Amino acid sequence: MTANRLAESLLALSQQEELVDLPKDYLLSESEDEGDCDGERKHQKLLEAISSLDGKNRRKLAERSEASLKVSEFNVSSEGSGEKLVLADLLEPVKTSSSLATVKKQLNRVKSKKTVELPLNKEEIERIHREVAFNKTSQVLSKWDPIVLKNRQAEQLVFPLEKEEPVIAPIEHVLSSWKARTPLEQEIFNLLHKNKQPVTDPLLTPVEKASLQAMSLEEAKMRRAELQRARALQSYYEAKARREKKIKSKKYHKVVKKGKAKKALKEFEQLRKVNPAAALEELEKIEKARMMERMSLKHQNSGKWAKSKAIMAKYDLEARQAMQEQLTKNKELTQKLQVASESEEEEGDGEEVEELLVPDAVNEVQMNVDRPNPWMLRSCTSDTKEAATEEEVPEQLPEPEAHEVSESEGEERPVAEEDILLREFEERRSLRKRSELNQDAEPAGSQETKDSSSQEVLSELKALSQKLKENHQSRKQKASSEGTVPQVQREEPAPEEEEPLLLQKPERVQMLEELEKEECFQNKEVSRPVLEGHWSEKTPNNHPDAPKEKKKKEQMIDLQNLLTTQSLSVKSLAVPTIEMLEDEVERNQRQMIKEAFAGDDVIRDFLKEKREAVEASKPKDVDLTLPGWGEWGGVGLKPSAKKRRRFLIKAPEGPPRKDKNLPNVIINEKRNIHAAAHQVRVLPYPFTHHRQFERTIQTPIGSTWNTQRAFQKLTTPKVITKPGHIIKPIKAEDVGYRSSSRSDLSVIQRNPKRVTTRHKKQLKKNCRLSC
Amino acid sequence: METAPKPGRGVPPKKDKLQTKRKKPRRYWEEETVPTTAGAFPGPPRKKKNRELRPQGAKSTHILKKSGISKKPQVQKKPREWKNPESQRSLSGAQDPFPGPAPVPVEVVQKFCRIDKSRKLPQSKAKTRSRLEVAEAEEEETSIKAARSELLLAEEPGFLEGEDGEDTAKICQADIVEAVDIASAAKHFDLNLRQFGPYRLNYSRTGRHLAFGGRRGHVAALDWVTKKLMCEINVMEAVRDIRFLHSEALLAVAQNRWLHIYDNQGIELHCIRRCDRVTRLEFLPFHFLLATASETGFLTYLDVSVGKIVAALNARAGRLDVMSQNPYNAVIHLGHSNGTVSLWSPAMKEPLAKILCHRGGVRALAVDSTGTYMATSGLDHQLKIFDLRGTFQPLSTRTLPHGAGHLAFSQRGLLVAGMGDVVNIWAGQGKASPPSLEQPYLTHRLSGPVHGLQFCPFEDVLGVGHSGGITSMLVPGAAEPNFDGLESNPYRSRKQRQEWEVKALLEKVRLPYWRA
Repeated sequence: MTANRLAESLLALSQQEELVDLPKDYLLSESEDEGDCDGERKHQKLLEAISSLDGKNRRKLAERSEASLKVSEFNVSSEGSGEKLVLADLLEPVKTSSSLATVKKQLNRVKSKKTVELPLNKEEIERIHREVAFNKTSQVLSKWDPIVLKNRQAEQLVFPLEKEEPVIAPIEHVLSSWKARTPLEQEIFNLLHKNKQPVTDPLLTPVEKASLQAMSLEEAKMRRAELQRARALQSYYEAKARREKKIKSKKYHKVVKKGKAKKALKEFEQLRKVNPAAALEELEKIEKARMMERMSLKHQNSGKWAKSKAIMAKYDLEARQAMQEQLTKNKELTQKLQVASESEEEEGDGEEVEELLVPDAVNEVQMNVDRPNPWMLRSCTSDTKEAATEEEVPEQLPEPEAHEVSESEGEERPVAEEDILLREFEERRSLRKRSELNQDAEPAGSQETKDSSSQEVLSELKALSQKLKENHQSRKQKASSEGTVPQVQREEPAPEEEEPLLLQKPERVQMLEELEKEECFQNKEVSRPVLEGHWSEKTPNNHPDAPKEKKKKEQMIDLQNLLTTQSLSVKSLAVPTIEMLEDEVERNQRQMIKEAFAGDDVIRDFLKEKREAVEASKPKDVDLTLPGWGEWGGVGLKPSAKKRRRFLIKAPEGPPRKDKNLPNVIINEKRNIHAAAHQVRVLPYPFTHHRQFERTIQTPIGSTWNTQRAFQKLTTPKVITKPGHIIKPIKAEDVGYRSSSRSDLSVIQRNPKRVTTRHKKQLKKNCRLSC
Repeated sequence: METAPKPGRGVPPKKDKLQTKRKKPRRYWEEETVPTTAGAFPGPPRKKKNRELRPQGAKSTHILKKSGISKKPQVQKKPREWKNPESQRSLSGAQDPFPGPAPVPVEVVQKFCRIDKSRKLPQSKAKTRSRLEVAEAEEEETSIKAARSELLLAEEPGFLEGEDGEDTAKICQADIVEAVDIASAAKHFDLNLRQFGPYRLNYSRTGRHLAFGGRRGHVAALDWVTKKLMCEINVMEAVRDIRFLHSEALLAVAQNRWLHIYDNQGIELHCIRRCDRVTRLEFLPFHFLLATASETGFLTYLDVSVGKIVAALNARAGRLDVMSQNPYNAVIHLGHSNGTVSLWSPAMKEPLAKILCHRGGVRALAVDSTGTYMATSGLDHQLKIFDLRGTFQPLSTRTLPHGAGHLAFSQRGLLVAGMGDVVNIWAGQGKASPPSLEQPYLTHRLSGPVHGLQFCPFEDVLGVGHSGGITSMLVPGAAEPNFDGLESNPYRSRKQRQEWEVKALLEKVRLPYWRA
C-alpha cells in the first residue's frame, strides 16, 4: 500500500511540467564510495564562490551540505546542480529490491497510458452540439438551393405546384396500344388481317405500297396515257367493226369474204411452214367441212335459188355463170383432200382446195374473221355457247390479246393504222429497252444534234457576253453623263426653271416670286455655312475657364448670328448678272424689317430674361448674422462686415444649367414634384450602375408598341394561383427528389432535440470510458 | 387602303408630255440606279436570303442564351423530340417540308431593336447579368414578333418623282389628278364657299372626317371620302378655330366669346364659359385634354373625359394666337410676339423651355410627328426648322417673300407652308429626316389667302382652308400608308368606334396630381 501511495504521489508530481530532480548528492551524501567526487565538487564550489564575488551572481542558495532536520519529501530541491531529476531515480534504491520492481512496473504502466482530459463544461458541449447540428441541417437544406434559385429566376410560378402533365401522345401510339376486344371488333380485325389491309399507320395495303414504290410518277403518268389511248382506240375499232357489220351490200360482203378466204389460205400456208401440227388441225377442219357438204345438198341444183337460176340460165349469162360457180363449189367441197404433207407436188391442188374450202367453213370463218378483231370476238363469245367452249380466247384479257394480235398480224397488215398505234404503245411500254436500242441505233444522229445544239448555245453565250459588255459601257457612259449633268444643273440658275410659272402671274407676284427664288438660291449655300459658324462658335463656349463677361459677349454675338443669318448670305451670292437687283431687293427688305422692329430689341429682352431665370434658379446664400449680438444694436445700425462675412453660409455651386451653352434657350430646371413621385429615386437592388438598370427598362411593354402576343407575354403575372386551391409547401417529390431525403429533413425539422441528445449520449459514453 | 395616289399607275397618262415626265416608279428607299435592260443583268446576288433569322426554340426561353441575332442562318432545333423517330411523322406519313417557324430577315428585326448592344455596360455581378440577359432576350423576342407582323403592313407610301432635271414643284394638281387612279383622283376637290369667309379646318384622327368653320359662323362636318355631310350650321358668331375631340362625334368650336362643343349632328352640347375668347385649339388625344389658347393670354387645359379644367396657365406674353402640339410627347408649343416659342405642360406653372426663334413675332409653328423637328415662321419672313432634341438650334433657315402664315407637318414629315394664297410643300429624304427647304416638293395656288392647313392622316391629302372655301390637294407620300386598325381605323363602324372609345378612356394618361 505504501508503495501504491508513493506511486500516486509521484503521479501527482509528474503532472507538473518540469520536475527538477533532487540533487544526487543528497541521496549520495551517505555514500562513502565517492570521495574523489567530493573533492571535485569542493573545487567547483570554490570556483563558484570566486565567480560570485563580483556581485552579480549573489543570489545563489547555499548548498545543503549536511542533513537538515526538516527534510520532507516535498521539499526537495535540485538547486546547485545542473542535472534534472528523473523519476526513476527516486525509485532506484541503493540496493535493488524486488518490492520496488513491482512499483516500477506499475509506474511504467501508468506512464504508458495517456491521461484523459477533463470533461468540458456544459456550455461548451452545447455549443459543439449546435455546431454539428447546424452543419448537418445546412447540408440537408442545401439540396434545395438550386430549386430556390430556379424559382427565383423563373418567369412565372404556378401554384399549386403539383400538376398533371398532359400526356401528348401521337395518335399512332394510341392506336398501336389499342386492341380489339368486343367480338365485332375482333371480326373486323380478322377481316382486315385476312385481306392484308393495313390496321395502323401507313393506311396502304402492301400491294399499293409496292406499286407506289415500283412506279415513279412519270412512269405512272405515261402508263395512264397509254391506257387512255388504247381505250380510245378500242372504242374506235369497235365502232368501225359494227359499222362494217351493218353494211348490206352483197358485193361488199362477197369481196370481204374472198379477201378473208385468201387471207386464211395464206395463213394456213404460213401455218404449215411454221407449225405443222396446227396446220393439220386446220386440215381436219377442212375435212369436216367437206363431210358436211357431202351430207347436205347445199350447193346442188335442188335449192330454191338454184332452181330459179336454172330457169334463168337459158337466157341470162350471169345466172348461168352463177350456177356454174355453185356447181364447181360443190365439186370442190366434195372432192376429197389429199394430205398436203404427203406430197409436195400436190401443193398446188391443195391450195386450190383450200381456196375453195375455207370460205365455206362458216363457223370457222366466222371465228377467223373475228380473230383480228378481238373486241368483236369477245362480244360474240359472250353471246354464243359455242364460242365459250372454244379455245383459250375468253380466258385471255383483252389487252394482251390485242398485243398478241398486233404482234402476230402486224406484218401482214401493215396498212392498218390501229395496229401501228398499238405497236407504238408496245414500244413505249418497253421504253427502257428501246432507249438502249436507240442509243445503239442512232449515235451519229444524236451526236449531230448535240453538236448543233451546243453550237447554238455557244453562239447565244457569245451574244450575251457582247450585250453585257455593251451594257457596261453604256452604263459607264451614263454614269459619267449623270455626273456631269447635276453639275450643269447646279450651275444653272434657278429662275429658268420657274419661268413658266412666272409668265403666268401678274407683275407684282412676279416680283415676289423672284425675290423668293433668289432667297432660296442663297439659302442653298448659306444655310450650311451658318450652321458651321454656330458650331464653331459654340465650341469656345464650352470652356468654363473663360471669364463671364466675355462669355456674355460671345452669347450676344451668337444670338445675333442666330437671328440674322441672312446678312451673311448676301455676300455669298454667286450670280453676277442679277446681283445688283438682288442686292437691292435684299437691302430693301432688310430695311423694312429693321424699321418694323425698330422699337423692340428682342434679343436684349430675351437675354435679360434668361439672366433673371439663371439668377432665380441659383441657390441662395444663408445669412445667420444676428444684429445686436456682440455689438451695439438698434435702428440704423448694421452688423459689421466682418461679422456678416463670418456668419454668411455660402450656398454650394449647383450643377451646370442645361442651357448654359444654348444662348437662345431657357430651360426650366425646376423639379416637378408630381412627376418626381413617379421617378426612380434609388437604383434598384441588383444593379450597380444606372445604365444597367436603364437597359432592363428600355423595351416598352405596352400594347401600343408591341404585337398582341408580345404584349401578353411581357405582362404575364409572375405568380399564378388557382382560386380555391390550397397551396401546400413544396415537397421533395414535387421537384424530383427521393422521399428519403425529405424524411431526413422532416425528422430534423420535427424534433431537433433528438439528434443532440444522441450526440450527448455518445459524448457521455466517451466521458465514462475515460473516467 | 388606297391612300397613296401613285403617279404613273392606274390610268395611263394621256399626254405624251406627261408620259415623258414620269419615270418608272421607284421606291423611296431604293437607290438611284440606271434602268438596265431587263434580263441582261442578273443583278447582284441577293444576300437577303442568307441573312435570315430563325428564333430560338420557344421553349428555351427559360435558360436564356446570349447568342442573340445571328447573321448566319441558324438551323432550327427541333422543338421536341419523340423517342420514336417514326412517330414524329403524321398519320398520313407526310412530313413537313418546312419545319419550324418561318425565318425572319435580320434587317427588319434590327429595326425594332431598342437596346443598343454596342454600348458596353460596366462590369456587373452574376445576378445583374442574368437580369440583363432576361431583358435582352425579351427585347429580341418582341422585336422578332414585331418583324413578323411587319408582313401585315401591306401598303407602301406614295411618291412623286420628276424626270431627270425636272422640278416636281412644277407638276400641278391637275397633272397629278390625271395620272392617278380614279379613287385617288376623287380625293382632290374644291369647296367653293366664298360667303362665310376664310376657313379653319380639322381632320379627325382617323382621317375620315373633316370639320371646317368659317370666320363668319359657318360650321360643317362631313365624311370627306364619301362627301357625306354630317352637319352644317351657322353659329351666328365668329369662329376662330375648330377641332374634333377624341372621335368624330364631338366637335369643339372656338367662337368669338366662348368655347362650344357640338356633336356630329350639330347639336350644341356644351358652352364652356371658362374658356373665353379662345383663338386656337389643340386636342391631346392620349390625355383627353383640350388645350385652348386665348386672347387673354391664358393657356387652359380642359379634360374632356370628365369636363374639368385641369390647368389654366398664364403665359404672361399677351395675346396667344400661335399654338401647336408636339404629337410625340403632348407638349404644347406657344408662339409669342417677342419671337420666342414656349413649351408647356399642364403640370408646370412655368414654361418647360423658352426658345428665341425669330427677331419678330412668331406667326406660325408646327412640330413633326416624331417630335424631333419644329418649324417656325416669324414676322421677319423667315422659316426655320429647329431640332428639338436638346440643342434647339435651327437646322435650316429660309427667307420667304411673304413669310409663312401657316405651317403643318404631315405624318411622314412633309412640311407645308401657307404664304398668302400659295401653298408650298417641302419634303425630306425618307421619313426621319427634316424637310430640306431648298426645293419645294409641290406648290399650289389657291383662290384666296390661306387660313388653315392640315394634312389628312392616312391619306395623301392636304386640306387647305382659305377665304374661297376648302381645297383638298393630293400630296403623294404625305401620309402613313398603313393604319393601326385598333387605334385609328378609318373604316370603323359606329360600334367599333364605341368600343375604341371605352378602351381609349381606360388607357387615358392621367397626370399624377389630377383629382378627377
